[in-house]
This record gives sequence, C-alpha cells and structure tokens, in this order.
Amino acid sequence: MPLPREKIIRPDFSLSPRIDQVGVEERASRFTKRSIKKETKLNGLKLVLNMIDLTTLEGKDTDGKVKQLCYKAMHPHDALPGLPTVAAVCVYPTMVKVAKKALEGSGIKVASVTTAFPSGQAPRDVKIRDTKYAVANGADEVDMVISRGKFHAGEYNFVYDEIAMIKEACGEARLKVILETGELGTYDKVRRASDIAMQAGADFIKTSTGKIQPAATMPVTLVMLEAIRDFYYRTGKMTGMKPAGGISKSKLALHYLVMVKEVLGEDWLSNEWFRFGASSLANDVLMQLVKEETGLYQAGNYFSAD
Amino acid sequence: MPRLEVLKTYKIYIGGQFPRTESGRYYSPVNKAGKKLANVCLCSRKDFRDAVVSARSAFGGWSSRAAFNRSQILYRMAEMLEGRKAQFIDELIQQDATRAHAEKEISLAIDRLIYYAGWCDKFQQLFSAVNPVASSHFNFSVPEPTGVVSIIAPQGDALLGLVSLIAPVIAGGNTCVVLASETKPLCAVTFAEVLNSSDLPGGVVNILTGKPAELVSWFTDHMDVNATLYCENNSDVQKLIREKSASNLKRVHFYDKVNWYSAEGQSPYFIMDSQEIKTTWHPVENIAGAGGGY
Amino acid sequence: MATKKKAVRSKPSGKKSNTIRLKFDTSWSYAPAPESKSAATIDKQYDLFINGTWQKPLSKKYFSTINPANEEKLAEVAEASEADVNKAVDAARTAYEDVWKKMPPKERAKYIFRIARIVQEKARELAIIETLDGGKPIRESRDFDVPTAANHFFYYAGWADKLEYAFPNRRTSPLGVAGQIIPWNFPLLMAAWKIAPALATGNTVVLKPAETTPLTALKLAEIIQEADLPPGVVNILTGAGATGAAIVNHPGINKIAFTGSTEVGKIIQRAIAGTNKKATLELGGKAANIIFEDAPLDQAVEGVINGIFFNQGHVCCAGSRLYVQESVAKEVIRKLKDRMESLLVGDPLDKNTDIGAINSKQQLDTIRKYISIGKKEGAEMYESSCRLPGKGFYCRPTLFTNVAQSNRIAQEEIFGPVLAIITFRTDDEVIEKANNSPYGLSAGVWTDKGSKIFNMTKRLRAGVVWANTFNKFDPASPFGGYKESGFGREGGLHGLLPYVQLTS
Repeated sequence: MPLPREKIIRPDFSLSPRIDQVGVEERASRFTKRSIKKETKLNGLKLVLNMIDLTTLEGKDTDGKVKQLCYKAMHPHDALPGLPTVAAVCVYPTMVKVAKKALEGSGIKVASVTTAFPSGQAPRDVKIRDTKYAVANGADEVDMVISRGKFHAGEYNFVYDEIAMIKEACGEARLKVILETGELGTYDKVRRASDIAMQAGADFIKTSTGKIQPAATMPVTLVMLEAIRDFYYRTGKMTGMKPAGGISKSKLALHYLVMVKEVLGEDWLSNEWFRFGASSLANDVLMQLVKEETGLYQAGNYFSAD
Repeated sequence: MPRLEVLKTYKIYIGGQFPRTESGRYYSPVNKAGKKLANVCLCSRKDFRDAVVSARSAFGGWSSRAAFNRSQILYRMAEMLEGRKAQFIDELIQQDATRAHAEKEISLAIDRLIYYAGWCDKFQQLFSAVNPVASSHFNFSVPEPTGVVSIIAPQGDALLGLVSLIAPVIAGGNTCVVLASETKPLCAVTFAEVLNSSDLPGGVVNILTGKPAELVSWFTDHMDVNATLYCENNSDVQKLIREKSASNLKRVHFYDKVNWYSAEGQSPYFIMDSQEIKTTWHPVENIAGAGGGY
Repeated sequence: MATKKKAVRSKPSGKKSNTIRLKFDTSWSYAPAPESKSAATIDKQYDLFINGTWQKPLSKKYFSTINPANEEKLAEVAEASEADVNKAVDAARTAYEDVWKKMPPKERAKYIFRIARIVQEKARELAIIETLDGGKPIRESRDFDVPTAANHFFYYAGWADKLEYAFPNRRTSPLGVAGQIIPWNFPLLMAAWKIAPALATGNTVVLKPAETTPLTALKLAEIIQEADLPPGVVNILTGAGATGAAIVNHPGINKIAFTGSTEVGKIIQRAIAGTNKKATLELGGKAANIIFEDAPLDQAVEGVINGIFFNQGHVCCAGSRLYVQESVAKEVIRKLKDRMESLLVGDPLDKNTDIGAINSKQQLDTIRKYISIGKKEGAEMYESSCRLPGKGFYCRPTLFTNVAQSNRIAQEEIFGPVLAIITFRTDDEVIEKANNSPYGLSAGVWTDKGSKIFNMTKRLRAGVVWANTFNKFDPASPFGGYKESGFGREGGLHGLLPYVQLTS
C-alpha cells in the first residue's frame, strides 16, 4: 500500500543550493563574449529556428490567427529553401484543436498552456481539468504554471504535489513547468523552484509566461541549466529547458545556445531538450539567415509577420 | 651593624617568566663612575630562539584581543609604571642620568604608554579605507599586525626608547622580542616586571639582555620573525640588517634619526610600521537596485 | 505516488551514475574568430626611450621578442647596458630636479590624465600587441589588461593635487627617481601600476619591462611622448636581468619597485642593503581558495576556474591551492572537470580563446616539470581533453586531486594552469593549512554564512582576501602581500605611501 500523500517525506527544498547573484551574472555575461562567426552562426541560427515554440497567447486569439501562425510554423520563409521548421506552436487550450489540425503531418508539436495560465490562481481541480482538456484535444506538450503564492508562503509541498498531479493528468504529453522567475525575486528561489519542479516530474522547466517582466534572462536560465545538470547527475534523468519571453534577437538567442553548449553539452542541443518561447524571434533569425545568404542587411517588410 | 642591602638579580623575560640565560653567561655593565651596575644575563642566540617561540605562540591570542582590551592593558602598564617611578629614577641615575633627566624620562615613558593606549582602538579607523571599486563588490582595507617583531632597543634612551618602540608594536597587536640597551639594561629588566604585573599576557613582550654585536644577526635572519626595528646610526649594522632581513623578507625600519623626547617621538605612523594592509572583497547583491532586471 | 507511475520520458532514463556524463565536444562548435592584426603597428626595431627621445643603445645590442603562440619573431628591441641605465637615471634626475618636482601638482595630474586618455584611445592596438607579445587571450587583454591600465592612470592622476589629504597630519614629498622592474604576466598593466602612482606623487621613473614582453611598454613610451610629458620624467629601458641589476644598483635611484619572483625580490633586498633606497616588492604567491560545503558551489567553481586559469595561471595571486570541504569534494571536482572541458585553449588572438599561450618555452618547461613532480608524488592528474595547436607553447588546464599538504605542487608556485586540490574537514584545519605557507599574497573563501566569512577573512594571513569572488582588481583597491609575498601596496590610497616621504 502506498503511503497517503501527506505522509510521504519529500526532499527538503529549503536546502537547495545557494546562488551568488554577482557571480552568476558574471558567468552569464561570459557566454556573451563568445564570437559566433561563419558556419557556426549559420548552423546556430538554424538550430535556434528549430527550437522555437512559436507562441500566441492573447485574449483576442481566434481560429484564423492560430491557423496563420501554424502556416508560418511550417513555412518560416519559403524564399530560402532548406530551412527547418519551428519546434512547436504554443496556444491556449481552446485553440489546441485548431492548431492540431492545421499542423497535421508536419511533425510540429502543439503545446498548450494550462493550469489557469498565466496567474495559476485557480482551484486544483480546475487546473487538472484544464490540463486534461488540452491533452484530450491533442496537445503534445503542456505548459503549466506553478503556484507562486504558495511557493512564496513556503508551502513547497503544495507546489510539489500540484506539479506531480498535473504530470499525472498529462498522460503521454510532455510537461513544461513555468516557474515565472520574474515573480520569484531571487536566484536562490529560482533554483529551489527548479528543484521542486524536476523532483515532481517536470519534463521541461521554463522561465516565464511572457506576461511578467522580467521574463527570461541569461543568468536566470543559467541557474536553471545548472539545476538541470545537477539533477541529471543525481538521477540520470534529462530535463529540458525553455527560456520564454524577452528573447527577440538572433544574437541573444545564439548567446543562449552558447550557454547550453557550455553547461549541458551536446545532448541538450536539440529541440527535444531546449526551446525558445518566443514570437518575434523567428523573423529576426530568418532575417539573419537571409543576410548570411545574400550579404545584404535585411528589412522586416520582406518577412511575413505571422 | 648597618643592615646589609639585598641586591636585585636582573633576569630576562621570556613567555611571562623570568629565567636566567640558558647559556649561564653574564656580563657586568658599569656606569661612568666605574661602578658595576649588576651581573646581567649575557643572552645567547638560543635565548632569542626561545623568546621567538613564546612571541609566536602569544601572537594569535594577543592579535585577536579586542582593540579596546589592548588599550586597557597598555593603560594598566602605565599605571604600574607610575607606581614604580622611584625605582626607575634610581636605576636611571645609576645608569648615569641626572635626577632631573631621570624624572623627565620616566614621566615621558609613562605618558607614551598612555598615548599609545589611546591609539589601540583608533589607528585602524585612520588608516582603513572603504575602496570604491567599479564592480558590484564591497571592498575595504584594514591594517593588521605583521606578527613577531624583533627590536634592538636604543643604547642611549634606555627606558624611553624601549617604551617608545614596544608600545606601538604591541598596541597594533604584534608580539615582540626586545634586546635591551647593552650598557644600560637595568630599567629594561625592571620594565619587564612592570609588564608582568599589568595583565599583559606572557610572551607578548620578551626582553633579553646582552650584546647587539652578538645577537643582531640572529634578530634579523630568524625565519619566524616578521619585522625588525633598529635605532642606532651604525651603517654597517644597518647594512647587515637589511641583508639578513632578505631571508624571509622582513619589514625593516631604522629609527636612528628619531628624537624620542620630541613630538616626533610618538605618532600612529610608528604603529603602522608593523602593520600589514589587508584588502577584502565581497560581492554586493544588486537585485532591487538593478531596476528589477535581474 | 503520482510521479512514480508514468515516470518520465527522458531519453537515457535511469542511467547508472557512473555512465552519466556531459558531452562538451559538440557538433555545434565555434569557428575561428581571430582578431585582425591590422589595427596594430609594430616596428621592426625599437630603441631605448630616454629623456623623451628614442636612443640607440650604447651597447649596440638588440634582442628579439617573439610571439609565444607561434614562435615567430615580432620585433627587435634594444638591450640597455649599464651605460644606458646611467643615461636614463641622469635624465630622470634632471627631469626630477628641474621640472617635475617643481611643477604644480594639478599640472602633473593633467599629464597623467592625458596618458590615461590616450591609452583608452589606443586600447584596441594595445590589446592586440599585448596578446601577440605575451600570449594572453585577446579577450583578457581587451576586457581586462588595457582598460584596467587606463583606469589606473585615471585613478592616480586625480591624487596628484590631493596628497595632503592622504596622510593625516603629515606633509608628503617625493622620493626622487624610481627604478621600476616589471614582469611578463601583465606587461602594460604592471607598467601602469608602477608609473601612475610614481608620477602622481612627483617622482620620475626609469622602468624596465620584462625581456619577453617589452612591446606594450614601448608603445606606452610612444603614448607618453604623444602626451608631451616633459623629457626624462619617464624613461623606458628594455633588457634582461643585467639591465634590471644595473637599475637596482645605480646610486642615483631613490626607490625600487619590483614585481616578480620572491627569489629575485630577496636578491634586490640584499642588493640595496647599505643604501637609503626604499623598496616595494610584489612577489610570489600560492593562494589558498577555500570552499565550504554551504558555498554557492557553481559560482565557487567559476571562481576557482577564474582563479587558476586566468592568464594561463601566470598570476602571482592565482588560487593555486584549492581547499574543499570533504562533504562536497566529489561534487566540486566533477563540476570543475566539466567546466574545464568548456575552456578553449589555443590561438590567443582568437576572440573565443580562454587560455592562450604559455609566455615562454622556459616557463612551459617549468610547468611541465611540476606536472611530472605532481604525478611522482602520487597525486592524481586530470587535464582537459582539448586539442592544442602544433606550434607555440601551450598547456592544457590541469588539476591534481589526492594532493597532500606536503606535496611540492601544493607548496611551490608553479605559475601555470595547474591546480592542486586538498580536502579538509573543519574550519580550524583549513585555516591552519591555508596559512601554512611562506607566501601571503591572496586567498579566497566561499561560504554562504556571513559570520564565517568574516572569521575566515580575518584569520587568513594574506594581503588580498576574496570572499565569494576571486581575482578581482581595481585601481582603488590596494594590492600586495604578507610574509614572503613582499611588502608595500599598489593601488588605492595605500598605494601612494611607497612613493612619498612623510614629514610632520
């Protein structure tokens, strides 16, 4: 007989490693000193494009908007042959069905935010139903938010249990756990939240909803990558990473790739384990790719907005 | 029959004890009138070696005392010296001083201890700095005692010179081994008795008697001594000291131009001569200050 | 419980811990990104900079300076003989007596400010030459050496007319002519550390750069010329040990400032015995870097990496002894090894290079000697797996585990990218081990506990203590050692004292 949930002794998350802010920011800035040239740049840009979760998460989203986004996901820029597609399209649960149909056969995943995204302020059963609804409609991936209020109140077990239950509700769908680092306040808490999420079964940990500033930053992502690495060494289980929000330029995205390469190495350098949650990044990557191809600096008007 | 006077035995001061020299040797300094002052220990290099061991083992405790506490002890030394003024005047007169000079010298010596007692918990504030570095770090520099200091006391001002050298060294948290004036050693030994009755931990000040010519080289090339102070204007000895000090890169200071009776005979800069500057860095978290952009 | 049931869909799920490793030799790797040499001009031959002009050496001798990255000759520089030193000291003396000593301090300040500005303007060229001549990565010369050198001139320029505020109740006067001898690890920066405070306090200078890295000092001479500094205030003489000895022994020198080995420092201390020359010695070190179990480990690891591999480990304050608490030793060592794999060793001019060329063949031999000593002593060696260029002097980042306090690699300064790791259990034990060294230049402490930091930083006998950081430098921050690491401070308010006479 398994123990009832409240009797299980969970890890003491207050013991998560400490992070020195100045040190981690210094380290993060070192990655930006790498000079990315020629074929490294070209291959890096293609990799970035292939790691994008193309996202629309607005109250005014319609079927039409989502269909257009899905077309863009499959055909980023047909003028330039040989481009990869993006990794996934990320939408609200009510849009999953439309997206799934539009992307059929493309290999592009459908990700859905759930759990009363973005605030997460809803009863647990609502969050579970929200998740099950998205999965039932065909979501390949679920992006949940943690209960930041409970986290700040020190109720780490509540946060842990909630993630574990959503994971259960996901079934075969991969679970991305959004920490909303902009609401956590310190790197220590980012690290602790990362540890909780991975321990509770997250397939990915993700920085932000995109609705709160600051969203993804390099140091925050570094803290999470290091948490992933430590968890991997301890358990043998790989966890994916998704910085989201605030990454709109290719150059910055390449700095993130450098960071993944130097912290986690080869195994994470694919869209199975690393994603960018972004909407405008794709076009900037395309402009850079065309510039590499033609030698001309590009203008936005030559690239479809959606 | 008149009462037979009890003569004082002048011994040396090591680790808070008054042993005789391990060598068993003595010498008999005389004053100008040719009167023998006493049989005084003629210390050997081994006495010096033992004294350095005592000074080194006392260093940890003395340097980590609260500066306020060191101040109290220096003040206590002055009190004890004041109480035995008459004895020092006698000895100074035996060592050729006029009464007027002897009275002046003991008074100045007492006042000098008071002066440095006051500095114990202040010089750090004067010579410290918070350094405005350009990165997100808190950075400060503070003086710390250099360690064990060997002192060749001046031959002339047997009491005032001795006190003027010892006081800044110990006020700053160092320990020391002192070679008293060869020709006028009496009040150095009596001063050791003052130290011994004034709460100064054993080993902080160690006082030897003997001949500089024999001991100066040992005082300067011992590998466990961090600094050497020398007061005579003897260029050959100065050269020797600087050469020997290279053994472990001792800090060397020559005070041959200092008039201990004048205002320049005391200053916090003497304390700084046996201090090191330590600079400490620590990151300063800057989350709120970064405009939320962490 | 819930998470157990469906477990996880990770690819290599449930790997045994001994097979878990990260692969840093990635398919996405960095293409060469060399800095262009075209922004730098190096003459074929350099003479001596004496009295504001370039003068042929009376010795008529020149020697080559090479690029340690490929062993190619960069230029020929003059070898100053005793007669050349005499000329330079005479020029410095005349400039001191007739011009510099008399100049209003605020004017002195403006000259130094001017030098600082020109160094900034020529930063790119200086960085390239520094890297070509010394082998250090362009990222370091560009982001650290050159800007810090400029900042040093800026900092001390401002002191020139404020010296009466620096020493309470004392007046200051300059010492006269300062003879300054600098090492090859930070050629331009060390020149700035020496020249800036000397000029600010009203002294004139005869400076000798190291024989393997003379070029940026000669470029600095050009900058000094361009700044119209009065002739003779700064003289720059190239040469080797004999030239240095001639400066040290010259009777017209009032002050020696030396940065280099403890061995040579002791020779200098003996050489100036019997003179009135003052000395500042910045010598060797074997810094302890201490990691406690509660430390922010990833930042500590980064600090250790930066502490020992910065500038190929050619740093006197390098954190070459790592003391790590036993409870976290395995984890720290694993993290260090992973981090070492991402360090790129190679062409110093490549912007991605982390570890450049060892400064000279001789130094490389020394490092190799110590590596083989470490192995013989029974310590376990690990080096990163990077490929090294075929030509030039290179060394992989290396660490030793199972090191005993008594091993030579734990006691002697290697001056290369070689780290000795020693474990400890208690605070008292590590303090004793850390202080158990004739050196006392720097130390590091990593712990999350504030009260422990202050306990440790106080008890460590070293002139610079970094807590939760390492190898940080700033013109406002004094630098210098305890014990056999030398005496005197450079940088900050305390860096003025070695160049002034105080009177009441």
